[in-house]
Amino acid sequence: MKLTVWTYEGPPHVGAMRVATAMKGLHYVLHAPQGDTYADLLFTMIERRNHRPPVSYTTFEGRDLGTDTASIFRETCRDAYDRYQPQAMIVGASCTAELIQDDPGGLAEAMDIPVPVVALELPSYQRKENFGSDETFYQIVRALAQPMERTQEITANLIGPLALGFRHRDDIEEVKGLLYEMGIGVNVVAPFDATPEDIAKLGQAHFNVLMYPEHAETAARHLERTCSQPYTKTVPIGVGATHDFVAEVAQICAVEPKKDLSRLRQPWWSKSVDSTYLTGKRVFLFGDATHVKTAARIARDEMGFEVVGLGCYNREFARDIRKLAKDYGVEALITDDYLEVEKAIEDLAPEMILGTQMERHIGKRLGIPCAVISAPVHVQDFPARYSPQMGWEGANVIFDTWIHPLVMGLEEHLLHMFREDFEFHDEAGASHHGGHAPKPIAEAPAPEPVAAQPEAPVETGGDVMVWLADAERELKKIPFFVRGKAKRNTEKFAAERGVSEISIDTLYEAKAHFAR
Amino acid sequence: MNQPTNISGATCRDAPILKERGQREVFCGLTGIIWLHRKMQDAFFLVVGSRTCAHLLQSAAGVMIFAEPRFGTAVLEEGDLAGMADAHEELDREVDRLLSRRPDIKQLFLVGSCPSEVIKLDLHRAAERLTVKHAPHVRVLNYSGSGIETTFTQGEDACLASMVPVLPETDERELLLVGALPDVVEDQAVDLLTKMGIGPIRVLPAHRSAEAPGVGPNTVYACLQPFLGDTSAALDRRGARMIQAPFPFGEEGTTLWLRAIADEFGVDDETFAHVTDAPRARARTAIANAAKALQGKTIFFMPDSQLEIPLARFLTRECGMEAIEIGQPYIHKGLVGPDMDLIPAGPTISEGQDVDKQLDRVRAARPDLTVCGLGLANPLEAEGLTTKWAIELVFTPVHFYEQAGDLAGLFSRPVRRRELLKLEAAE
Repeated sequence: MKLTVWTYEGPPHVGAMRVATAMKGLHYVLHAPQGDTYADLLFTMIERRNHRPPVSYTTFEGRDLGTDTASIFRETCRDAYDRYQPQAMIVGASCTAELIQDDPGGLAEAMDIPVPVVALELPSYQRKENFGSDETFYQIVRALAQPMERTQEITANLIGPLALGFRHRDDIEEVKGLLYEMGIGVNVVAPFDATPEDIAKLGQAHFNVLMYPEHAETAARHLERTCSQPYTKTVPIGVGATHDFVAEVAQICAVEPKKDLSRLRQPWWSKSVDSTYLTGKRVFLFGDATHVKTAARIARDEMGFEVVGLGCYNREFARDIRKLAKDYGVEALITDDYLEVEKAIEDLAPEMILGTQMERHIGKRLGIPCAVISAPVHVQDFPARYSPQMGWEGANVIFDTWIHPLVMGLEEHLLHMFREDFEFHDEAGASHHGGHAPKPIAEAPAPEPVAAQPEAPVETGGDVMVWLADAERELKKIPFFVRGKAKRNTEKFAAERGVSEISIDTLYEAKAHFAR
Repeated sequence: MNQPTNISGATCRDAPILKERGQREVFCGLTGIIWLHRKMQDAFFLVVGSRTCAHLLQSAAGVMIFAEPRFGTAVLEEGDLAGMADAHEELDREVDRLLSRRPDIKQLFLVGSCPSEVIKLDLHRAAERLTVKHAPHVRVLNYSGSGIETTFTQGEDACLASMVPVLPETDERELLLVGALPDVVEDQAVDLLTKMGIGPIRVLPAHRSAEAPGVGPNTVYACLQPFLGDTSAALDRRGARMIQAPFPFGEEGTTLWLRAIADEFGVDDETFAHVTDAPRARARTAIANAAKALQGKTIFFMPDSQLEIPLARFLTRECGMEAIEIGQPYIHKGLVGPDMDLIPAGPTISEGQDVDKQLDRVRAARPDLTVCGLGLANPLEAEGLTTKWAIELVFTPVHFYEQAGDLAGLFSRPVRRRELLKLEAAE
């Protein structure tokens, strides 16, 4: 038993719903009690889908438990087939139905439904949402796809994009464009907008583009084994990764790595002098493994940030992320407990967070700017405009998205110089944000956890290090967006030298020590 | 003047009820925690359930409230399902940890879920054991918010009902208002009744456990919400007596509700008029403004919050709408009977749900406005139907005179919006 407040992932049947809802012509019969239909609103409200997820819930009640829940399942299955006439069905149980052991797969098999019925075994008390999506897509592919004659021209399947994914809709277009420039066509995109008939044609492609390992790696391996289709290992998020992706595809297909870079602006935007202020900004990364991996490379190599911490919530990729963390000289945080993530962020005091909707809230609480890089995301992360993460346009979008939460370069300088101006002071936040509202300094709440005790020295953490009152006052004169770094550096400096009282001198000695 | 307009002919109370069984597009009772945990400021709600329960609470909350919420889910894992003794030990450990981290908690609710009910985890026994262990600082109660036992707002009923047996005994003649309303609305109700000379007035649930009302044979109570059947039965068992009335939605509903209480306490017509005339007039004006867009329009209620029948009464009688179907998850005539008396027979009254069949009826009737859950609203909008999501009705102050215009506005806004948007070429 584990106490949970907010979760990064739902139960595995929600992963199955993400596959089913992304597809067309597929229907999911879910053995589940009343209330589990809440999951529909994730798709209709958060993603603004204009149709109901293709899911029929058996909706058994307490009074049915003593009698025959299996016949309720059969009835629901029959009604769903008759009403929706799908090309294929998937059947399974939610957490409660798993306990009553009706065996939906066996029941459905005995019903002679005239279309393929794929049974899902998703252990709700062990696994989570991403397992559910990966396993469901794999089972569908395993049941429907077979080795086939290849298409005449070179084609690829794009696999992994699904419902409620972070920018999946637009990533598909970018990847199609990258392939098109090399003269490679697209055979099937799946699960996004694919029908079961499309899945049956997966074997025609020459190779698979594995867009999101979280959702389709098992299927990619299966297709490699059964249909001899290689799959790409590079996820094209970021300038460097997109170049590598093109090279990888060119090698798989033995074609020229042709690229149209005319719309790629990120490198110049990053080189231009206005971006100098981004240098060495301390960032913390958290999300699903794929997005964190790609974001780490962008942050360090393409933005010039310093990655001070990173981690992921999906344990399936823990080994990858630990290896990545080693390369970046940091400790990996593998957890699905947002309180642990919050604690790590608080301790590291980064200048920016790149995370999920959880980290956005953590950032809000701690006064640290945050940009979203990964699911789970909320309604505002499903924009109407074209906004991919992958490919050349994705690189442009990421540059804009990541710098938006920050205070602009020149403004930083002005805040250093005039930080006590009554209208333009550092408590007011970045001036290009809608919420920017200059408040009189006296009323502005201190964003730092340092308690305002004017004369008494303030203890920090569990050790005996104290900030002398004048040093603490001096610290408060440092603008908010670098104050966390200054505080942390000073304490680190003091600890290394065994200094237990931090004075103004300690503060400036630390500043000189860490100057770059 | 304060009596309901007599309805000649048959009313909805006697109309046949279409009972359906099938897929239900409603939340389970756990959802009530979202508002209950804000209302009861020293209470913590610990759901004993699965990852699905935690995910539901997070999703139903819509936006996550990151001021540390006073609820959480003890997620059952493979090991807990193997042996029961184990699960109780695990629960005790989680509760100890929680209470040591949150010393401000005075009431802890162990909330049962579908999985905990199916594995027959005895939370009542756990609550008794934990109450003894943590007495006198914390009282531990339990109720079920599971989907196999409760729908959406029934969770609040189950919660309040679990509190009734442990309320202190009193012989005082007191008025007890039952139901968790936003503070602003609760204060208005208390203020109106106090001005009529009625008192003392107590409220269940109280903000803090120390303010818990007493109950006894001289207690009379009025429900603020139409889904408190079990709570009402529990109060009756303690000797209290219910004042029956239509629910306080709209000018008429509020007046009838107040009048029923005023009659119980012997308030004369003059005093009643003195207290209510001005707010009644304000409510009428406000409703009239919002109702312009609703006059003559048809409405279809999918079952959701249990407010459907009282709201249909308000919308048909005060806003000029015509109800096609009024669906409720379940119909308790002991609570909504007085509202049903005021709706002339005509609309289909349905109980339970088979969502596919009901959607067929919606599509056939093409109502001007469909009240439904969040899972159905956008799909219906995409079919060209105008919808009002029902969950807003329990998250918005809508009771009593000063909110009557807002209540009408919740329904008129989607209708006005559809008329307002011009998304085609100008021609």
